[in-house]
Amino acid sequence: MHKMLKKYFPVFALPALSAFLVSFVIPFITGVYLSFTEFRVVNNSEWVGLKNYIKIFTTDKTFIDSLWLTVKFTFVSVITINIIAFTLAMLLTKGLRGTNFFRTVLFMPNLIGGIVLGHIWSLIINGILGFFGVDITYNPDYGFWGLVILMNWQLIGYMMIIYIAGIQNIPAYLNEAAAIDGASPMQTLFHVTIPMVMPSVTICSFLTLTNAFKLFDQNLALNGKAPETSLLALDIYKTFYDHTGLKLAQWHGIGQAKAVLFFLIVALIAFIQLRATRQKEVEQ
Amino acid sequence: MMKTGFKFRNIIIYSALIIASAVFLAPIVIILINSVKGNFYISDAPFSLPDKDTFVGLQNFIKGFTQSDFMRSFAVSAFITVFSVTGIVISTSMTAWYIVRVRNRFTKIIYYLFVFSMIVPFQMVMYTVTYYAFELHLNNPIGIVFIYLGFGSGLSVFMFSGFIKSIPTEIEEAAVVDGCSPIKTFFLVIFPILKPTAITVAILNAMWIWNDYLLPYLVLGSGSDKTLPVAVQMALTGGYGNKDMGALMAMLVLAILPIIIFYLFCQKYIIKGVVAGAVKG
Repeated sequence: MHKMLKKYFPVFALPALSAFLVSFVIPFITGVYLSFTEFRVVNNSEWVGLKNYIKIFTTDKTFIDSLWLTVKFTFVSVITINIIAFTLAMLLTKGLRGTNFFRTVLFMPNLIGGIVLGHIWSLIINGILGFFGVDITYNPDYGFWGLVILMNWQLIGYMMIIYIAGIQNIPAYLNEAAAIDGASPMQTLFHVTIPMVMPSVTICSFLTLTNAFKLFDQNLALNGKAPETSLLALDIYKTFYDHTGLKLAQWHGIGQAKAVLFFLIVALIAFIQLRATRQKEVEQ
Repeated sequence: MMKTGFKFRNIIIYSALIIASAVFLAPIVIILINSVKGNFYISDAPFSLPDKDTFVGLQNFIKGFTQSDFMRSFAVSAFITVFSVTGIVISTSMTAWYIVRVRNRFTKIIYYLFVFSMIVPFQMVMYTVTYYAFELHLNNPIGIVFIYLGFGSGLSVFMFSGFIKSIPTEIEEAAVVDGCSPIKTFFLVIFPILKPTAITVAILNAMWIWNDYLLPYLVLGSGSDKTLPVAVQMALTGGYGNKDMGALMAMLVLAILPIIIFYLFCQKYIIKGVVAGAVKG
């Protein structure tokens, strides 16, 4: 069978593989190469070594600013989203009627695309700020907290669903044993529920972390007009496409080098996540 | 005594849940309310209910439909999503079966390349993939389906492979003994078993492709073949002079509506799929 299947490579593997080569493998390798060059277009590049990487930290300071902003944004989002999502999941697993309705409503924002979502919040936040005669570009803090609110609105329902699954997987006898031993609700929460849902906490933390770190569409729609509130992905985009003129080749090189650094940071987070989940599995 | 305490607790929980739901629904309701108000009243009093002076009925929706070429963008988005998702589900399930069953160094490398692609952010290949799309004349709604097949294959192959590993080979071998070719075996025996994973893969990819903005913007541009998210972005940021806020509100409503209807009908599958995708990815 498997020898027979091997001959069917063109039918089974080739369609997906050729598309994968064209839209991922080749662009990725070219992308890494181009980060060491200056280029106006892909097939016209000039080798400059590490110059682009040095420029990111010397000439063009926007990368450091947006990296710091992204870290702050990610930190705040991970904490607020997970606390609120866990609390809601606790309320929804008390066996009350109508749980399904609340679950449906709370999950809904997750399905709306980033661009539409960003514009909905842009209209609402600017509508509120309009009473004070300003808009979201007035103060970078407005943009920052606008993004945090938007991110909470989008991801809380999603994380809540994962927490609900985690809480429902706790064997009933553990809660019964705690009740028989006279544990207070708070003690049960901290000594039974939270330790038992730690795998869900790991999953949700990393999901919010990577989602927040790679945020682009929402950022473009909500803060596209305020350069101080560009997160990393948007900063890279702007480095590529917001420049014209003679130095275009130089900006393309810097943009591609930023993209490589961005990739390395995201890869590092993914690697830590893999280690964290593997370790948890061993412990259990 | 015990019982009243119980009820009191439930009232608190319900109140908290009702408040949370109201907060979560408010943005959508505000957009909905404003979509039936006159242009002037949206920017002037965005949070007031429509009354007989400000109510304009479906006028904004008619403008939203006609001004922004909404129907065409909707059709382009639907075309790209349907064909990309169908292509991804069929071809990546076949590839995954091939990778899992033909085990050698080559298929192992391919598998790890697919898994690796899952962690690479789009900005890394943003500029180069746009270049290749234009060079290979993939910068049209049909060509972009091929690009989506490439981008979607990482997660999809990963999820299918995970499931195929748990299928015992005896089933396939029995089919071969009965004289089935690999193609027949796959479509008649394996693919029906893969159905739950196929639904998950389809939902995850459909949600991503339908909502995707940057790739279609860079590859298809903002001309006549623009997708819905690109059309929304263009309408709300582009243009000169006074924007027609009423038409824009109607457009946002029209962009959300199909997703919410789809969600209400396939809720069970969507939630299951999203959770499965999260836990595995």
